[in-house]
Amino acid sequence: MREVAIIAFGQTPNRRKELYRNDAEMVAPVVAEVLKGVGLSRRDVDFTCSGSSDFLAGYSFSWVMAIDALGAWPPIQESHVEGEAAWALYEAWVKMLCHEEIEVALVYGFGRQSMSSPREVMVLMNDPYLETPLWPDTISQAALQARTLLDAGLCTERGFADIAVRNLRHAESNPLAQLSGRPDPDALLETPTIASPLRKHDCPPITDGACAVLLAAGDRARALCKRPAWIRGLAHRIDVQALGRRDLTRSHSARLAAEAAGAIGNRIDIVELHAPFTPQDWILQRELEIPEGTVINPSGGIHQGNPMMGASLVRFGEVAVRIIRGEADRGVAHGTQGPCLQQNIVGVLEGE
Amino acid sequence: MADAQKPVTTIKTPIAIHYDYSIGAGASTFMRAIREGRILGARCPDTGKVYVPPRLTSVETASPMSELVELPDRGVVYTYCIVNIKFYDQVLEIPYAYAYIVLDGADSAIMHLIQECPVEKMRPGMRVQAVWKDPSEWTESMENIRYFKPTGEADMPIETIMNEIRKKSYA
Repeated sequence: MREVAIIAFGQTPNRRKELYRNDAEMVAPVVAEVLKGVGLSRRDVDFTCSGSSDFLAGYSFSWVMAIDALGAWPPIQESHVEGEAAWALYEAWVKMLCHEEIEVALVYGFGRQSMSSPREVMVLMNDPYLETPLWPDTISQAALQARTLLDAGLCTERGFADIAVRNLRHAESNPLAQLSGRPDPDALLETPTIASPLRKHDCPPITDGACAVLLAAGDRARALCKRPAWIRGLAHRIDVQALGRRDLTRSHSARLAAEAAGAIGNRIDIVELHAPFTPQDWILQRELEIPEGTVINPSGGIHQGNPMMGASLVRFGEVAVRIIRGEADRGVAHGTQGPCLQQNIVGVLEGE
Repeated sequence: MADAQKPVTTIKTPIAIHYDYSIGAGASTFMRAIREGRILGARCPDTGKVYVPPRLTSVETASPMSELVELPDRGVVYTYCIVNIKFYDQVLEIPYAYAYIVLDGADSAIMHLIQECPVEKMRPGMRVQAVWKDPSEWTESMENIRYFKPTGEADMPIETIMNEIRKKSYA
């Protein structure tokens, strides 16, 4: 199989509200940054793929506007996924496996949650006849999952708080983090619930942002980057949509994706989990069989910043840059979308 | 047919989501100017082309575009369409015309309504000028211009339009 690697990653600072820039204006500097970092120009990019959502943007074909950020002349080869950008990475990767002439690919994602109420917007992903009319907002759905874990005796609310504390502590070394700190987990448990049993610290922040990675193949990657983060495996799977037909203590699709990507049963230095809610972090640790000693979410994960539709690609970027910088040899990146970890993508990245 | 066998053909599930839309820096520059009755574009440093409304980066080359250009409120109809269909929420009497108008000095078209011109008189090359609302009504809106109307000046010949399009389009 052709070797493909992540050779560069960039992202905007995680901000609660990006009031003064539109999507294209958020994407442009990030794309310029990743290209400049490896000494390429936009004309060196053979294929471009992005991930975003019109529902978040509030208008149709919003991703077409974002193409303005690229300087797309002469016309470029481009594609888009309506969803989390890690799936755009998947498309670009597959395209590179199939087409030798694509040596460099640009993948980016962006989203501005602040313009609407994301917990309401995301309801529109549900069954439009039976579920959406009841408006089961995102946090309530995640709370159902959390309650299921507590009732099954698998988790405790203190355990959830510990996950939040771990993420926020790691975020202290992330200069782009929106949230960080060293809260006392016992004090966190004194705070009120938003949707019982979930409290504020169990939920992701609302973030506006954009991110981009560059992929390169084989010796081109080696020429552009001292230590490329090679994609050793990448796979995605999906569970059924109706929550009532799923065992919410599990994420079968996450496990299957991890198995297919080769993420299970090997040493992992770092893992970035796209777990918007703390109970999902626990579920993913179990499904991915993350070994003892692995550093989980060195960036602070989703709890330091959640630029929705870009957030999954940030997980891949955060693992990749640590391999590129030589801080880790082998890492796993995970992305999710859909209610309660419905759809999952897992990648294994490795340095030479 | 008994009620139990009646097919359920529709259900009503009202959806309303509120957005506070951030238009961004380029469009903000345009809106601040249109509030004062001015139309702004931005010039690409690589190609010299003027885009209306301004964008932060060139559509063609991705270079930052910092030079703003004030444009006149008159130009040429490059192409147009005539709306003959009644649709929900329509406020105008059909038929009416919408046109791609290239303002003098610009390299990209804006879209606006054409009035004071029977639709059968619409043609490419027609010179038009903006009809503004009273300045007391100006806000951050393209609707400060109520519509464009013919100026009565000589048309731009179709050959010139075709040449201009070739020149203005990316090369």
